[in-house]
This record gives sequence, C-alpha cells and structure tokens, in this order.
Amino acid sequence: MTALTLTLNPVTPPGATGRQTANRRILQSMRERLAPYAYIAPFFLLFAVFGLFPLLFTFYVALFDWDPIGEHRYVGLQNFRVLMDDPRFWGAMRNTFSIWVLSTVPQLLVALGIAHLLNNVRLRAATFFRMVVLVPYVTSVAATTIVFAQLFDRDYGLLNWFLELLGFQHIEFTASVWGSHLMIAAMVAWRWTGYNTLLYLASLQAVPRELYEAASVDGANGWQQFRRISIPALRPIIVFTVVTSTIGGLQIFTEALLANPSGGLSCGAARQCQTLTLFLYEQAFGRFHFGYGAAVGVALFVIVVIVSTINYLLATRIRWERP
Amino acid sequence: MKAPNRTPRTTYVLLGIMALLSVFPLYWMFVVATTDTASATQLPPRVLPGGNFLHLAGLVFDTVPFLQALLNSIAVAAAVGAGQATLCALAGFAFAKLRFPGRNTLFLIVVLTMTVPAQLSIIPQYLIMSQLNWVDTLQAVIVPGLVSAFGIFWMRQHIASVIDDELMHAATVDGASTWQIFWRIAFPLVRPAAFVLGLFGFVTAWNDFLWPFIVLKSPDRYTVQIAIKALQNNRDIDLGLAMSGSFLATLPLLVLFILVGRRLVQGIMDGAFKG
Repeated sequence: MTALTLTLNPVTPPGATGRQTANRRILQSMRERLAPYAYIAPFFLLFAVFGLFPLLFTFYVALFDWDPIGEHRYVGLQNFRVLMDDPRFWGAMRNTFSIWVLSTVPQLLVALGIAHLLNNVRLRAATFFRMVVLVPYVTSVAATTIVFAQLFDRDYGLLNWFLELLGFQHIEFTASVWGSHLMIAAMVAWRWTGYNTLLYLASLQAVPRELYEAASVDGANGWQQFRRISIPALRPIIVFTVVTSTIGGLQIFTEALLANPSGGLSCGAARQCQTLTLFLYEQAFGRFHFGYGAAVGVALFVIVVIVSTINYLLATRIRWERP
Repeated sequence: MKAPNRTPRTTYVLLGIMALLSVFPLYWMFVVATTDTASATQLPPRVLPGGNFLHLAGLVFDTVPFLQALLNSIAVAAAVGAGQATLCALAGFAFAKLRFPGRNTLFLIVVLTMTVPAQLSIIPQYLIMSQLNWVDTLQAVIVPGLVSAFGIFWMRQHIASVIDDELMHAATVDGASTWQIFWRIAFPLVRPAAFVLGLFGFVTAWNDFLWPFIVLKSPDRYTVQIAIKALQNNRDIDLGLAMSGSFLATLPLLVLFILVGRRLVQGIMDGAFKG
C-alpha cells in the first residue's frame, strides 16, 4: 500500500529501494499498455452514447406508442403495420427518391465535365476556378434555401421574371410536385457540384499524362479521350459519390423545411415535397409521436443497409475488374 | 497545323459560367440584403446592391439575438473543430503506430460506423439529451461532434505515411512515453492535416441545421442557422431581413474561405471528404 502511494509520485526519492523501482516499472508499463485504449476511448465512448445506443433504441421506441411527456404503451409491430399502409410515408419516399434523382444525375454529370476541363495543365487561373466552385459548399444550407426560395418565387422570383421575358407563364414552383422537387434538387445540386468536381479532379490527376498524349498522337479527340481514359479511371470515385449522394439524399431536411415556409412541416398542403427525414421530424417533434417517428427511422435504416450492400457489391466488382 | 499548346476558349467560357453560377446566389443574397423589400420585389430586378445594408443588418440584430447567435456558432464550431483536430489525431496515432490487442477489430468497427447516418436516430438522441439535462444547451451540439470516424480514418492514413517506425523505435529506446511521442513528435508532423480536418469540422458544425434545430429551444441559445430560420418566420413582413440574416450568417465563413479556402480545396483533393 505504502509502496503504491510512493510510486504514484512521479519523482522517486533518491535512494528508493529496488522494490519501489520495480513497482514503478510495472505501473509505467501498465500505463503504456493501456495508453492506446485511452487514445481511442473518446470515439468509442461518444459513439456508444450518441451513435450506437440511439440506433438500437430507435428499434425499441418503434415498438411503442411513445408520448414524450405522457406514457409509453407497448404496441408490438403496430407502428410498422400502420407505416406500410400510410400514404404519407410512401409519398415522402417518392419525394425523396425523385429529389435524389433530379439532383444527383445532373450534379454528377456536370461535375464530371468541369473536372475534365479543370484537368488541363495549361489552364490559367486554375486555383481560382478550383476555389470558386467550392464556394457553395461553405454556404450554409439554410442561407442557400432562403435565396433559392426567392429566386424561384412565383411573383417576384428572378427565374419567373426570366420565363416571362421568354414569353412563358409564371410557374408556382412550390405548389406542384415537379416544381418543388426541381427547386429543392437545384439547391442540392448547387451545393455539391463543385465538391464532387474536386473529387473527380483528384482522381483524374492520378491518371498518367502520357496516356492522354499517346491517345492524342493516335488521333483520339477530346471526347474519345474523356470516354476511354477518364471515365474508366474515375469509376471507383463515381461509385463513391453516388453512394454518398444517396445517403445524403435520404437526409434532405433543411431544404424541404425552409423552401416552402408557408407549407409548414409537411412542405405544402399536398405534402408535395415532404422528404422522409422531414416526415420523421414532423411525426416525432411536430406531433410528438415518438414511436411512429422511430418506425420511420427504422425504415430509413433498412434503406441505408440496402444501399450500402449494393455499394459493397459494386465496389468489389470494380476491384475484380481491375488488372 | 493545330496549336495543341493553347487551351480552347470554350474551356474558359464554360468554366466562367460555372464560376458565375457558383457565386450568383450569394451575390443576389447581398443585393437583396442591401435593399428594402419594395425594391427586392421590383421587376425587372435590380442588379446592383443598394445602400440599405447597415439599416437591415441593424434590424436583424434587433429582431433576433443575432450577436448571441454568432457567438454561439463560433463557440460550437471552434469547439468541434478543435476536438476533431486533436481527438481524431490521437486515435489515428494509436491505430497507425501503436500495437495493442484488438487493434484491427476496433479499427474495422470505426470504419463500419461511417455508413450509418446519425439522422435516423434523432429521437433516442433527443431522449438521451433530456436525460442528461442537456436540452437547450450548447454542449448538446458540441459533444457528439467532437470526434468522428472519418477523421480517425483520415488521420490514421496521414500518420502512417508521415511517421516511420524507425523514428518511433528510436524515441522509445530513448525512453519517451507514447504520450510524449504523440505530443512532441507525431502531432507536430501532422499538424497541417489536423488543421484541415479541424476546418472541415468547423464548416460542418457552423452550417449544421437539423440537430441544433431540435435541441436548442430558447432564442439566446440559437446558432446563426436557427436564427435565420426564426427570421424567415417573418418573411412576409420583410424578405430583405431574412436575406440580410443569411448574408450575415454566411459572411464569417466566406472570410474564412478566402483566407484558407486553398487548403480546403487541397484537403478534398487529398481525400478529406466526409463519408
């Protein structure tokens, strides 16, 4: 006991006995052995409390009729049965999927094209262009949404003014299914195009210059070089960005909440642009149906698992195809 | 004979259009933020900023506790950025350079956690926060973001490539403890990478909306993003107000971007993307 107290003192008094030194060494080596666990502990601790436990607990809450300030009544799978027959859920699923397609496809195509243009050693002001395409990424979603809502406004929006100049009727974007989806997709695409451009550019720069030079000596034009050299080299990162944007697409919330401020939590009277995450929020924090909201969370989890599995299969196939 | 050394003019035209599209919404935000509502809704729209910025900015500060919101956002984003930079470096160091039983399994778990988005478990997260009595406090937005699986993954790669085993061995022989090796040798060497990671943490935390929106209730706890939402509730009264708020909330990040945007670009191109 005494020896232990002494060894805790960092400065061993001169003339310490051999036993004390041995004890100190044991403690020292124990500390060294435990150090790695201490270094990774913050992550595992925080993940356990704010990640893993909430995930598992979502499955549990989903089995209850759970009023946050009232009582919790066990209802078994009732929430899931109701969910499967709930047109609001399927509507939100449709909206989420539609917004995802409308934003991802043009976004990734444009990013591919811009990355190809930026991947030019003789390009002047290259740093400027790389930086400027990243500006949307640092702009907050809330601010972006408010500006876009104004640009798409029925009466005073810049876009409708332009349509009128061209002789078209004003479009009430927020009121229709396609209009509201296009508007939200535009916000998402604006935010992420530059970011994906830089990811593609990084992959393109890893392709040896000589490949392009050889192709151009053989008479391949720019499009052929893009098609035959750039695209195959980019395939893994394309899969990655598709997966990221799918997971991101499932989480679209702020745009749907702020784009149509008069629409409330349902993003319009017909729920025309309510996404899955907004539906979850509405049920849990707008109507205090925590159990039902958790069931939506479980549904989201199932979709994420399916997407990740598809991603894994695609990724392994790509690895096999590589020489 | 073609001149292969010239970049085609169409390249610059297309890139120019892209650059314009990237900054136009921000410019438009500024235009509306400097004019009164009447001219914000005039057609044809005005193209140049007006002189009303200070007036509207003043109104923003009067309508919501915007100064407090700015301070809250700075506190949250700085804490998250600093936490990410140090805690991810520490864990990344352990996974890259230290040997301990279970290392590979634990690292696999870290990687696997990256695929599950946190959004789907917001209900239990909220229940936990209310158990901890953290609802309506800033630590509810700070603590869960202090360390991330992606950050650990990224720092591990950097540390593995920058610090070689001989250096580790020499330091150990000289009697340095693991902590000393990390703090005196490893961290200074990977400080640039940790800085970029911290920047991403800062930007993400600054722009985060859903979780702060759920957990911060009273106006003097709002971050700027939630303050903008509160301004938008007055949208019918004054559109310029919401736009001013949006502009003011974006301005600090734009300044930061002008100062260190180059490193963000480099970070993304080096693989510092968020999973």
